Amino acid sequence: MTDITSQTEAALAAIAAAASLDALEAERLETLGKKGWVSLALKTLGGMSPEERTAAAPAIQSTRAAIAEALDAKKAALEAAALEEQLARETVDLTLPAQAAPKGSVHPVSQVMDELAEIFADLGFAVATGPEIEDDWHNFTALNMDETHPARAMHDTFYFPDRTPEEREVLLRTHTSPVQVRTMIAAAKSSPGGAPVRIIAPGRVYRSDSDATHTPMFHQIEGLVIDRDIHLGHLKWTLETFLKAFFERDDIVLRLRPSYFPFTEPSVEVDVGYANENGRRVVGGSGDAPGHAWMELLGSGMVNARVLEMGGFDPAEWQGFAFGVGVDRLAMLKYGMNDLRAFFDGDPRWLAHYGFSPFDQPTLSAGVGART
Amino acid sequence: MKFSLTWLKDYLDTTASVAEICDALNAIGLEVEGVEDPAEKLAGFRIAHVLTAARHPDADKLQVLTVDTGDGQPLQVVCGAPNARAGMKGVLGLPGATVPANGMVLKKSAIRGVESNGMMCSTRELELGDDHDGIIELPDDAPVGTAFADYNGSDPVIEVAVTPNRPDCMGVYGIARDLAAKGLGALKPISMPAFTSEGACPVEIRTDDVEGCPAFYGRVVKAVTNGTSPDWLQARLKSAGQRPISLIVDLTNYLMLGFGRPAHAYDLAKLSGAVVARRANDGEQVLALNEKTYTLDAEMMVIADDHGVHDIAGIMGGEHSGVSETTTDVLLEIAYFDPARIGATGRKLGLSSDARTRFERGVDPEFLDQGLDLLTGLIVELAGGTPSEIVRAGSPPSAAKVVTFDPDLTTRLGGVDVAEAEQKRILESLGFTVSADWQVTCPLRRNDIEGPADLVEEVVRIHGLDKVASLALPRVEGVARPTATPQQKLERGLRRAAAASGLNEAVTWSFLPEWAANHFSDGNDTPWVLANPISEDMKAMRPALLPGLLMAAKRNADRGAASSRLFEIGRRYFRGAGGLSDEKPTLGIVLAGEKSPRGWQGGKAKLFDAFDAKALALSLLEAAGAPVANLMVMGEASAQFHPGQSATLRLGPKVVLARFGMVHPATLKAFDVDGPIAAVELFLDAIPAKKGAAFARPGFTPPALQAVTRDFAFLVPATLAAGDLVRSVQGADKAFITGVRVFDVFQGQGVPEGHKSVAVEVTLQPGEASFKDADLKAIAEKVVAAAAKLGGELR
Repeated sequence: MTDITSQTEAALAAIAAAASLDALEAERLETLGKKGWVSLALKTLGGMSPEERTAAAPAIQSTRAAIAEALDAKKAALEAAALEEQLARETVDLTLPAQAAPKGSVHPVSQVMDELAEIFADLGFAVATGPEIEDDWHNFTALNMDETHPARAMHDTFYFPDRTPEEREVLLRTHTSPVQVRTMIAAAKSSPGGAPVRIIAPGRVYRSDSDATHTPMFHQIEGLVIDRDIHLGHLKWTLETFLKAFFERDDIVLRLRPSYFPFTEPSVEVDVGYANENGRRVVGGSGDAPGHAWMELLGSGMVNARVLEMGGFDPAEWQGFAFGVGVDRLAMLKYGMNDLRAFFDGDPRWLAHYGFSPFDQPTLSAGVGART
Repeated sequence: MKFSLTWLKDYLDTTASVAEICDALNAIGLEVEGVEDPAEKLAGFRIAHVLTAARHPDADKLQVLTVDTGDGQPLQVVCGAPNARAGMKGVLGLPGATVPANGMVLKKSAIRGVESNGMMCSTRELELGDDHDGIIELPDDAPVGTAFADYNGSDPVIEVAVTPNRPDCMGVYGIARDLAAKGLGALKPISMPAFTSEGACPVEIRTDDVEGCPAFYGRVVKAVTNGTSPDWLQARLKSAGQRPISLIVDLTNYLMLGFGRPAHAYDLAKLSGAVVARRANDGEQVLALNEKTYTLDAEMMVIADDHGVHDIAGIMGGEHSGVSETTTDVLLEIAYFDPARIGATGRKLGLSSDARTRFERGVDPEFLDQGLDLLTGLIVELAGGTPSEIVRAGSPPSAAKVVTFDPDLTTRLGGVDVAEAEQKRILESLGFTVSADWQVTCPLRRNDIEGPADLVEEVVRIHGLDKVASLALPRVEGVARPTATPQQKLERGLRRAAAASGLNEAVTWSFLPEWAANHFSDGNDTPWVLANPISEDMKAMRPALLPGLLMAAKRNADRGAASSRLFEIGRRYFRGAGGLSDEKPTLGIVLAGEKSPRGWQGGKAKLFDAFDAKALALSLLEAAGAPVANLMVMGEASAQFHPGQSATLRLGPKVVLARFGMVHPATLKAFDVDGPIAAVELFLDAIPAKKGAAFARPGFTPPALQAVTRDFAFLVPATLAAGDLVRSVQGADKAFITGVRVFDVFQGQGVPEGHKSVAVEVTLQPGEASFKDADLKAIAEKVVAAAAKLGGELR
């Protein structure tokens, strides 16, 4: 008995002293392994008489249990220590920089065009396009500016030396209005005499003009609504609704002033009230309110009967309105840029600052504007 | 148009304030561009009484004055004017006031050691005249202490923008008429100075070009005394921004600015024979009043006599026959010219003038006799002389336009209800005649009126656009449909996909320097080149998006940017069928500089390579819905790309969806930018549109059995494109091979010369039953056979 007791104590001490899982395994084989002395001792029980077995078994079995428990405990302890050591070894300095994925951006002009498309889609306006290299018939004549019209000279037009087969002058469109003409002609083709039209036409336009506030290329958006009973009141509502939605303000106040455009009659210039806040123009409120003023924002009017005619529409049946507004200008007013020339420079610093996350997709439900 | 309030009130009987007048002008379509109020300019200047004047102790030319400004506390002022003396009254600028002529802010100061509390001013300093010989001397009864602006008469000047359709408002009288219609007062009749004419006009007047000059009237006034204009006339011209020249010239300008009626005065002594309006002879020259010589052609009109051309008709008088201080006899000309001809001549000569602006828009054909009489009467009254009778050649247009008007149209088109009586009142106050059945006769000066819509505009602008109420557009019936075209949706999607890939969207000019456009043209297509570019750098329309982006990348590099990852979506401009343009929507990408900076993990900075371009091209094409798996990588990206590191992505052999790769070193050199630079162009019009009309997708259940992979390494000729091997292997067993991926390419030890080892991982997807060894073996044999067709040998 003393033999097994001292043997057990020695084994437990060896287990406790095992420095590694390998040493522990060797100890396990020594004791509980197939040929381990505990296993062998257990085997001897089979050859004993019941009396001998009753006397010897408890000691052997408790030895086996004690050693098994010690082995498990030591194994867990050794594994925990090993993990601890592994974790310590794997520790990194997380203040070191991670490699950043480059951040892209959407240009403010594109963003604002998407916003406008969203706002006008809600009002049932489709998006129409046309060529930028135009002929003078679509850009001028069909808009009631014949060859001798003084307004032609006021357009600072870029011309090409080329001529169309019809001997028309070829030019860079000075406004998005030729898209009106093309839209009407296309509509009249499928339904002679005219049909309801509701479009916006965004795009690049060109004027031979370059200074602090003008660039030879800029962006416009044109609106055209034709139906049987459209009048100035609808124009006013449409402009108010669009500007309120665009600036996300209920207090947009418009001032309509009579003006002159050859392609509309009556013609209306539209001012919007604003206030100067910290050196920036902030749209909202009446221009007549204290601290406020009016700023010219866009030109519009009822489509001239001659323009309807040239577009293949019967002016006795159809009437409508058109408007045109600078997209770059709208972007500057809403998002606070002050230098138009920077729009076209491609400087990543500017693009990162004034550009938009690709996930700022304008939607009606999430809001068409992207706030800072 | 600029005019003073006083001038306006010559014609408009009104008590309205400047602010009210400006509001009304804006409301009726005469946009106020500015109001200049002399009272503001003269703030801080007061009438002062010089009490004492003594010699400055240290300066011979200076005096020390004590002046009273009415508050009983005389101020000491140092003054250099020779006429400054005790007892006189003048104008004192107090500290804080700004001298209008030079913007100097007055301060209390010491002049040569003597304190000075302001400045006694000359007329030039206050911009009231040219006199600078001494300080202003006011009459003895001038009220001391009063603000000088109040005493001098504050006459604000209003500047309005007159739209080109309103030549009738190119004179102050026309503006007064519009304001009267708006209810701001009563229009006064034109006051005509009386005179008697004696005898027929001694000069023969003729128009030999009745189309260009339908009417040419003249009159001689003999024995005039040309001199300086009276103050009232000078003040009016100055308010309009015109420099007074001499009485006769000033009066013709007064007629033009006051009544929109240009006229011309010739020195009779310098004329010889008949004075004729005719076409110019080709090459004929004239020295105009601006001292420049113009060469004319037969489309232009001139006024000439026996000796030659005196005047570019309707645009500018000649230097030789104009009136001068010594002129005694004058021939007055008043004519009606064809507006289109004047406009064309002015544009061709690049010559603008106040006369041209009015003639090309159309002067009032009914104001020839009256205008000439008004001018004559004023000359006789102010310069004396004896006028002849008028001689008339031709006659101005006289057919008045009659518009059949329905007053309901004001509501239907203008969106505002205006009572018929009020509509009639408005039209009549503007000079229209309205019959009982609404036949509206237009005054001839209103050549802008074309039809009923113009009359609606007249009514609405006078009634007030502010009275137009907003009315909602009716909603289009039915289910809302997408309002963007597939192409627009494609562009929107690609824009956000490109930005999400880490690229910054740029917008660059559509035009390029011609050399840059030529550099990117493929020889068959000549770029569109502007006839009148704004500069050489903006001359030709871009045939590719890359040049603009390369130039941006260069600017960025020059500013020290480590990298530029730019994209742009825009059009390339080509020549299309029938001389028209063919504008192709395109997405361009330029990757310049460092792909990633040097780092603690990666070591050296990495530059962009052709595979960065390929990855972007494919991922964006996939975002665009292109069948990426079916695309072929082929050569011929174009001459601007590195021939060995560029390719096209094609759908079939002919449809090129994209080109990508490294920019050619010669192109980098041409654009003076450092490489390497990777670039991509996606040709958006070539990307097939999605055809599916339904929302529901084809049915799909993920396979129940797991896919297995097998690796194969082949020895292939070094020239074999890996893509060809992959495509061949992919096609070896279409039923089970779902993927082939190259995972290793090796040349060197163990690989024979002229060969390379390409290792591929083939993914096999079992169908209903798991693969058996025999199945796998059969597939492997097919794979090896497929590679063998291309000269591949299993290693």
